[in-house]
Amino acid sequence: MIPASYYLALSAVMFVIGVLGVLIKRNALVIFMSLELMFNSANLAFVTFARLYGNLDGQLFVFFVMTVAAAEVAIGLALMVEIFRTKHSIDTDQLNSLKG
Amino acid sequence: MPGSPIVFFILAVVAVGTAIGMLVSKNTVYSALLLALNFVTVAMLYLILGAPFIAFSQITVYAGSIMVLFLFVIMLLGAERLPKSENLRWQHWVAIPLVVILAADFALNLFRSAGSGAEAAATGANFGDPVAIGELLFTRYALPFEITAVILLSAAVGAIMLAKPDRPTSSRKQRTGTME
Repeated sequence: MIPASYYLALSAVMFVIGVLGVLIKRNALVIFMSLELMFNSANLAFVTFARLYGNLDGQLFVFFVMTVAAAEVAIGLALMVEIFRTKHSIDTDQLNSLKG
Repeated sequence: MPGSPIVFFILAVVAVGTAIGMLVSKNTVYSALLLALNFVTVAMLYLILGAPFIAFSQITVYAGSIMVLFLFVIMLLGAERLPKSENLRWQHWVAIPLVVILAADFALNLFRSAGSGAEAAATGANFGDPVAIGELLFTRYALPFEITAVILLSAAVGAIMLAKPDRPTSSRKQRTGTME
């Protein structure tokens, strides 16, 4: 068997890559994908702890995180389509005004 | 042998490699496809960790519908050929030290708490299967489950409202205007 800390280390590495993507990328779609990567790494940590303690609550929480992430993606991509329609760009540097 | 270290290390290398590839790829479509591969790899890790229901929900929800939605929006917007603008280079010099601090924090906490090499508890044969998950979902977690239904409905309605073209509302406004 593999120690649980290996899974947690993999989860931490993926989370750090996701944070790096959110901080340095300009393309809003890639920022969004990095967010999904961070969700994913948090889910991996949840499943690892569920296995470590033999408790199913962690897996249930992953299920709820997945449904909320699906809702978030639907709203976020609709917002992105709307922003592209008005600004003709999804570069985050261009989105500096609140006026439509 | 699903629990062997070789399988874990191969999956870990693929997961980290696809995550890095997603960031460095110049084409957004490639980024989305690499992220889908990452989701499938993590689903395999879920299978090893004794979570078959979560693994297959991951494949259907994330690698299936969410990535299809991403690819659809990328191709709809033509975002794969957006010009690269790197006019805020100073942000990299702020972001990279912050990320290094975060990584050091994670490493320190992992080394301190889970460094004892704790192994997973032995679990029963039906740990994490759909029957066990469903039983818990409809008894102890019945209220959160209903709330997710409301969240998904409001998200669907919100997405339709946002993506709807303006023409129907303006025509209705004109109609009410003529009525007045």
